[in-house]
Amino acid sequence: MSNYSVTSNGYYGEFGGAFVPEILHKCIEDLKNRYLSELTKPDFQEEFHQLLRDYVGRPTPLYFAKRLSEKYGCKIYLKREDLNHTGAHKINNTLGQILLAKRMGKKRIIAETGAGQHGVATATVCALMGLECIVYMGKTDIERQLINVQKMRMLGATVVAATSGNMTLKDATNEAIRDWCCHPEDTYYIIGSVVGPHPYPDMVAKLQSVISEEIKKQLLKQEGRENPDYLIACIGGGSNAAGTIYHYLDNEDVQILLAEAAGKGIDSGESAATIHLGTIGVLHGSKTLVMQDENGQVTEPYSISAGLDYPGIGPLYAYLAYTKRAKTLAITDEQALKAAFELTRTEGIIPALESSHALAVLSQQAFKKEDVVVLTVSGRGDKDMETYIMALSQFDHANTDSL
Amino acid sequence: MHMNRIKMLFEHKTKNILSVYLTAGYPDIESTVEVIERLAENGVDMIEIGIPYSDPLADGPVIQRTSQQALENGMTISVLFEQLRVIRQRVSVPLVIMSYFNPILIYGFKRFCSKCKEIGIDGLIIPDLPFDEYLTNYKDIIKGENLEFISLITPQTSEDRIRKIDTETDAFIYMVSSASTTGNRDSFTSENEEYFKRIKELKLNNPCLIGFGVSNKVTYDQASHYSNGVIVGSRFMDSLKKGMDIDQAIKNLLSVLRG
Repeated sequence: MSNYSVTSNGYYGEFGGAFVPEILHKCIEDLKNRYLSELTKPDFQEEFHQLLRDYVGRPTPLYFAKRLSEKYGCKIYLKREDLNHTGAHKINNTLGQILLAKRMGKKRIIAETGAGQHGVATATVCALMGLECIVYMGKTDIERQLINVQKMRMLGATVVAATSGNMTLKDATNEAIRDWCCHPEDTYYIIGSVVGPHPYPDMVAKLQSVISEEIKKQLLKQEGRENPDYLIACIGGGSNAAGTIYHYLDNEDVQILLAEAAGKGIDSGESAATIHLGTIGVLHGSKTLVMQDENGQVTEPYSISAGLDYPGIGPLYAYLAYTKRAKTLAITDEQALKAAFELTRTEGIIPALESSHALAVLSQQAFKKEDVVVLTVSGRGDKDMETYIMALSQFDHANTDSL
Repeated sequence: MHMNRIKMLFEHKTKNILSVYLTAGYPDIESTVEVIERLAENGVDMIEIGIPYSDPLADGPVIQRTSQQALENGMTISVLFEQLRVIRQRVSVPLVIMSYFNPILIYGFKRFCSKCKEIGIDGLIIPDLPFDEYLTNYKDIIKGENLEFISLITPQTSEDRIRKIDTETDAFIYMVSSASTTGNRDSFTSENEEYFKRIKELKLNNPCLIGFGVSNKVTYDQASHYSNGVIVGSRFMDSLKKGMDIDQAIKNLLSVLRG
């Protein structure tokens, strides 16, 4: 039994659980009773892995980044989740969940999305399976991620604007949960991260664990060892990181470095650094660290990256912070942008803004020459071009020499 | 020992009970006590005081809006408790507090319950605190302060679970009318009525009040017919506006419901 796996009640230490309204109790119970047995069935595994291979394009490469390695004086491997179909790791999860939804006889799929990556990945698998798809997205995010909205619509999904609060990911999640409350019988809710009520955090981690499963094999082949010295990933809710660390959690020799969004700085009042700033609370069905005020009202997060702009965190990470198994660094917008330009110009890879937060960790940590570092590039930067273009002149003038 | 006011109510009245919900601190921060007093004066049987929350998952547009306004007005648990400090000198109807779990957790669960007892609150509704979590971790605290925990049942709740909830309840059961969030509707469907009937035929030990969607005479009559009474929230909150005559708003509500 792993020290870091979920209990049968859905807890990681004191974090997790399933704090849902009574109307969803049965949905959650059904899911809890089905997900482990379904996911491990040979025919499920066969269909899932065949689609991951032929449709998603897995395994994704584990790429030795030579020039980046020279710069940081260690051996850096990039796990290229950006090369997946739809441009991010999100599809590993949506594909697994839609297979489960079909097996549970659900006809209608709902999802929440922030940057739109999970929305696109959900709309994609719904098109693939011929299921109705409704995606909730904050009105603010709809405006700043228009291409992804158009992709979802082209894929046949209905995109519904969430107009409460800051109109971002938290509000989209509220709306998706309310929709589920109104359609508990026929609807399956594909949550996009390792958040929400049990069993979602565990289920999404298991579906994303294909990432670390591949890293182990690939690293053995390329380095002659399964275990790196460091794993680095970004966390918003935490799904790409969960996949990256899943098979390494019990190996304490592998150090885990996580990057959360500090926005304009953790003391600026405009950040999404939940591990640094959060306190224990309940958000979206899970007891975890939450950014909130002294009255238990959830505060509005901020990050340049729409995918990290969330006031909660998967309960696993609250536990990993509590047990000190993982070290979490708060990366500012500025640091993330700098890291994005650095990767682009040393390796010719334009990363998503979320992944750029993980890349920025490289400059915050001292590595030894023989250290093997595996860093997950969770997604590609196409969706963030507008932000990058705005930053381009600044980096051309000020920072090119130092890159 | 002093008998809980909720139980007293159901001892002498078993039909057509009307419980009305209000968002504390709406429409103005100082409205809370006045709304409670006017509701009691107009013969409302029980009053449900809602603590506003930033992320009210089980609520529809009306209560989302009033909650947001109340938060902007500065409503917090501490402010509410201060406003309710002498409420028992003013009204004698049962008072129930409705809050999402997180604000209570941050205030301190035990501290919250002690304060409720001190003020004279009779029961708690916490829509996102699951029944099993209540039993395992919070029942002793709540009961220790002589408060009643009001559980919700829905069309999705199995008979076994309803029976278990009934056994563990000592006030009334909050019957959610349908798979929905709170909000107004014109009528209940025949499917909804089938469910009302099914629950009535279970002959539970506790009285049942139907809430979510009771918003006019049709829904009031349908729900009252199969239960001990109703809970009305959105319809009332939707009608309350800044600077209006609260007494008149309540009289209007009663005539809309009872015709």
